[in-house]
Amino acid sequence: MSAQGEAIEAAEIKAIPVRHPGRWVSVAVIGVLVAMLIHSFVAQPHYRWGLIRQYIFTGPILHGVALTLELTFLAMLVGIVGGVLLAVMRLSPNPVVSTASWVYIWLFRGTPVLVQILLWYNISYLFPTISLGIPFGPEFVTWQTNDLISGTTAGVLALGLNEAAYMAEIVRAGILSVDEGQFEAASALGMKQSLIMRRIVLPQAMRVIVPPTGNETISMLKTTSLVSTIAVSELLQHTQAIINVNYATVPLFLMASIWYLAMTSVLTVGQFYIERYFGRGSSRSGPAATLPERLWRAIRYNRPPPGALAMQRRDQSGGL
Amino acid sequence: MTVSGDHPMVKAEAVRKRFGSNEVLKGIDLEVQRGEVMCVIGPSGSGKSTVLRCINHLEKINSGRLSVDGQLVGYEQRGDKLHECTDREVAKMRSQIGMVFQHFNLFPHMTVLGNIIEAPTRVKGQSKDQAVAKAKQLLEQVGLDGREDMYPRQLSGGQQQRVAIARALAMEPKLMLFDEPTSALDPELVGDVLDVMRDLAKSGMTMFVVTHEMGFAREVGDKLVFMDDGVVVEAGTPRDVITNPQHDRTKSFLSKVL
Ligand SMILES: Nc1ncnc2c1ncn2[C@@H]1O[C@H](COP(=O)(O)OP(=O)(O)OP(=O)(O)O)[C@@H](O)[C@H]1O
Ligand SMILES: [Mg+2]
Repeated sequence: MSAQGEAIEAAEIKAIPVRHPGRWVSVAVIGVLVAMLIHSFVAQPHYRWGLIRQYIFTGPILHGVALTLELTFLAMLVGIVGGVLLAVMRLSPNPVVSTASWVYIWLFRGTPVLVQILLWYNISYLFPTISLGIPFGPEFVTWQTNDLISGTTAGVLALGLNEAAYMAEIVRAGILSVDEGQFEAASALGMKQSLIMRRIVLPQAMRVIVPPTGNETISMLKTTSLVSTIAVSELLQHTQAIINVNYATVPLFLMASIWYLAMTSVLTVGQFYIERYFGRGSSRSGPAATLPERLWRAIRYNRPPPGALAMQRRDQSGGL
Repeated sequence: MTVSGDHPMVKAEAVRKRFGSNEVLKGIDLEVQRGEVMCVIGPSGSGKSTVLRCINHLEKINSGRLSVDGQLVGYEQRGDKLHECTDREVAKMRSQIGMVFQHFNLFPHMTVLGNIIEAPTRVKGQSKDQAVAKAKQLLEQVGLDGREDMYPRQLSGGQQQRVAIARALAMEPKLMLFDEPTSALDPELVGDVLDVMRDLAKSGMTMFVVTHEMGFAREVGDKLVFMDDGVVVEAGTPRDVITNPQHDRTKSFLSKVL
């Protein structure tokens, strides 16, 4: 190696970094918009922050929040269990079983969820009683449908069964994403279909299933507001009840939005940890970093967080 | 259901297999005796993997007779009728046959230890302690002691393949099938895997090995079969087939791989 080569290697590179005027322009534009928004929050009296503060933690609202969470949880539970079942049915070699799954998905995805909610709420019109017994034969126990299916139950059923149709496609995509060799290796070890599905295929499919399921959950949290139409007293229904008394429409809907935003934020954080759990073993470098960890690294080592790279590249090529 | 030593471990008679209208195996006759190492060579697409996959019923044969340890694969003879085996019976049969794949097919979401103890605990119902003890012993046998908590992706290809061998051995199989176990590996990693297989052969395991490693076939194999276009073209001791091939197809294939 030449002496010159060594000299070049020894000195650390001190170059003048490329300027990005586009970045400064975009920062300025966003800054002005944020300032205008904050000014509006503070100066515009119609927000009536006092009113929002007054109602946000009151009993009815908290009950509404609790019921919204409950509806979301139960509907997603029905949706996920139903979705896994439908996905497995859809991939079944038995054509009748797979067609049944296809028809279900076609039906439930093809009609508005609001219509489904109203239908379930009025199901007693079609089936006034529900009985346990032998099909077309004797009945052992009989209930009045209206006693059995309350507004909340109708809401959970409608939302959950509708969700199952969407989850089925998500789960199916997840199952198909798992390499066929995994199935063969497990079969060759003498594992049975159901065991392979539970222990080998589904856990790997989770990496593909979890992110869209997170989206579905967040979407479900907001969709539960539709059951306010069948007099289920979740968050929006309670909010509207208050509005009917004091006519403070905008401030109270803002208050409800704050609650929805808070709940979806919590779900987003939960999703990160679930994704990290199911991503184990999928990279050589160990588990993914949390957002605070990433930000800390970025500050500490003066590097953009990994996720920001793509955005940065776009910024560089596009200017503004 | 006799389990005496008087029948071969693997016996194929006029085995045929079609995929749609494409006949891939056109009447295969083979015999592997207990404790024997059978190596199979042949050009790509000649049906080597298909034979292997038929032996543990990952593929169904269309005609002929195929038996492992005296039992028909995937069927049961009752009187003069053949009955298809249930999923449970097929699974039981497979649990006694180990299989090692070209691309390892380890379970990526489980640690090395998890991979090895999965089937013993959940298929054979072994206790976890028992399975773990056995797994550790097997890892030592394949030269990977101390790696039990790593995930497959953190291992080199050669190490992954040795874990895959340990995983198959954990079921205490009476027959081991290998489908080109070293052909996805970097040349310097091949030796470690072949060493493990050589030791296994010495310990008396019956092995059915599809391979392109002629050195291994010559040294370890008791029998060598050359397949081409769905038929067994030539079979014999490795020395005979390699040094004194009778058929032109064998000669031309050997001239390319040796
Ligand atoms: N599942 C399948 N469906 C349709 N055709 C198949 C299937 N599996 C194998 N084949 C065909 O059967 C033939 C034999 O395949 P096989 O995998 O047994 O060959 P091979 O001898 O193992 O080749 P290689 O050395 O490339 O692994 C090929 O022509 C292949 O295209
Ligand atoms: Mg092959």
